[in-house]
Amino acid sequence: MQAFEHPIDAALLLRKKRRLKKELLSRDIAWIDKRIAVLGGSTTNEICDQLELFLLHHGIRPTFYQSEYGQYWQDAVFSNEGLDAFRPDVVYIHTSWRNIPVFPDTTATVQQANDMLEEVCGHFTAAWEKLQERFGCPIIQDNFDRPAWRLLGNSDISDHRGKTNFIFKLNRYLYDYADSHKGFYVNDVDYLAACFGLEKWANPLYWHMYKYSLCLEAIPALAKSVADIIKSIYGRNKKVIVCDLDNTLWGGVVGDDGPEGIQVGPEVPMGQIYSEFQQYLKEQKSIGVLLAVNSKNDEENAIAGLNHPDGPLKPGDFAAIRANWDNKDMNARSIAEELSLGADSFVFIDDNPVEREIMQAAGLGIAVPVMDKVEAYLQTLDRSGYFEVTSLSDDDLSRAAMYQANAQRKTLMQSAGSYEDFLRSLDMKAAITDFEPMAIQRIAQLTNKSNQFNLTTLRCSEGDIRAMQESENWLCLCGRLQDKFGDNGIVSVVAGEREGDALHLRLWLMSCRVLKRGMEDAMLDTLVTGARARGISTIVGYYYPTAKNNMVRDFYGRMGFALIKEQPDGSTVWALETSAYAPKNPPIEIN
Amino acid sequence: MTREEIFERLNDVFRDVFDDDDLTVTDATTAQDVDGWDSLRHITLLAAIEDEFDVTFSMGQTVSMKNVGEMVDFIEEEA
Repeated sequence: MQAFEHPIDAALLLRKKRRLKKELLSRDIAWIDKRIAVLGGSTTNEICDQLELFLLHHGIRPTFYQSEYGQYWQDAVFSNEGLDAFRPDVVYIHTSWRNIPVFPDTTATVQQANDMLEEVCGHFTAAWEKLQERFGCPIIQDNFDRPAWRLLGNSDISDHRGKTNFIFKLNRYLYDYADSHKGFYVNDVDYLAACFGLEKWANPLYWHMYKYSLCLEAIPALAKSVADIIKSIYGRNKKVIVCDLDNTLWGGVVGDDGPEGIQVGPEVPMGQIYSEFQQYLKEQKSIGVLLAVNSKNDEENAIAGLNHPDGPLKPGDFAAIRANWDNKDMNARSIAEELSLGADSFVFIDDNPVEREIMQAAGLGIAVPVMDKVEAYLQTLDRSGYFEVTSLSDDDLSRAAMYQANAQRKTLMQSAGSYEDFLRSLDMKAAITDFEPMAIQRIAQLTNKSNQFNLTTLRCSEGDIRAMQESENWLCLCGRLQDKFGDNGIVSVVAGEREGDALHLRLWLMSCRVLKRGMEDAMLDTLVTGARARGISTIVGYYYPTAKNNMVRDFYGRMGFALIKEQPDGSTVWALETSAYAPKNPPIEIN
Repeated sequence: MTREEIFERLNDVFRDVFDDDDLTVTDATTAQDVDGWDSLRHITLLAAIEDEFDVTFSMGQTVSMKNVGEMVDFIEEEA
């Protein structure tokens, strides 16, 4: 729905929120349900209403706990039946500068101001630590906006007695805390207020009339920002930017103007702005976003344009290139297939409104931001929140290289005599271990991002994963696969809970980029060995169907499990006797 | 803009905010007369009216409005 895309339509979202909610809920999609505790230092009702809309937009159905007015600190620090029973999946602390308990007065010495800062930092840290201890769930904390007025004028930011100065130091502490504590996220209200216009944002009427810390029209922007963090934590980020070329990545039409005639590079303003945009896309690639080309062009011309000496992006930066005269929605489908990703994880950028319209109408779930002025391209994409970063794993940082290695594997496969020969020639090595501390972030990320090869789609936080690993009752395995072209990183996760002499598999998933390599065989061989060592006689597998995991409907059957139950909703239960299991010994060296 | 025109657009705002397509308000309508017109909904309502008529209610106006008629008076003054 366009109201949710940048620039969001705040007036519409506020005025028609009831109708919008019904429309969003009527969609037949794979919902995930989450419990969100909103602990406020000011009124939070509209914030929850708007947050609900944005989360529904992302396919997350929230239920809310709201603290009593202004009780964020008490709720966090002291045990509280309501919140304890609610068992939040996420806690969002909505506070503003008005909730800072003390400020230095105009007679304060530097030492007194520092002591006061320490006291205030301690006040908030106590809340975060108690919440972490009680719920072990992600915590989102607003940073502190600045007041719209400055008693000391320009000195308010630099003088140790200035409120603004004090707030900035408190924020500095907050950022260091976030940077050193996993599962703790800053919602950058300071940035949002600046973009919105601080004087409007901080309209005191809303504080004194209704005890809102920001004006009503700004609440959708605040809610969008929080929703972006939450959907990113639960793996609902987009993964690929699919780009048109002419007038999207450069000015002009390469087929008509020739590669020397297109505008990109430092010579003219139009060329500079396209360069800056290309550079931004290249930086997106560096944090794990994949790039692809989808352009109506002869391939030769497209490649020539991408090889422009002043263009930051080169053909090798793209994980897939479609430059042809086919319909762009067809191309998007074939890119999805090549990358083994759902097309609904794509963002399509094209200056041509007709192409955007067609892509939207194709019903692939591709996000199609409005890109109609080159000077707004970068900002539109950046404010969209499609790629909101809540963790940067090693896997994210090397993703582009992994896809390049995949292209090389494909070439090898075409030259190999048989598929078996191909697999053997890859020199695959797997490391299958329990959930080691270094792997926990990636494992949690996989449980949230994997949709297709995922038997139970159980979504887990890092805390959940750690708890499994620490429990005596769980058998946890994660598998890392490498071959002669590179390291795929951790690609498979299997975890089962022991009940008596049976092991119930709560998690079995694998990244689609290692499909058909025998990795699932390696995982099962290792699982059975581990199960036998613990005296487990039966392994029980569960399949819960979703809109996306049809490819593993018969997975357990293929692996040699026997079907023992089938429900009307299509979910199935399977069993494998460990004593009768013969190892599959795939062509992978396991250590 | 005539008072009738203001009421026509105002009714649309009320219908959206209270999600009730049959709602019609008059000069004499007060919060007691409309289902769900509580203090929270009142905030949304005022913001939606401000947006619809491109006006800004002052804090003084906000606290003194007694019924829809006075709301329309303010819109007439501002717009």
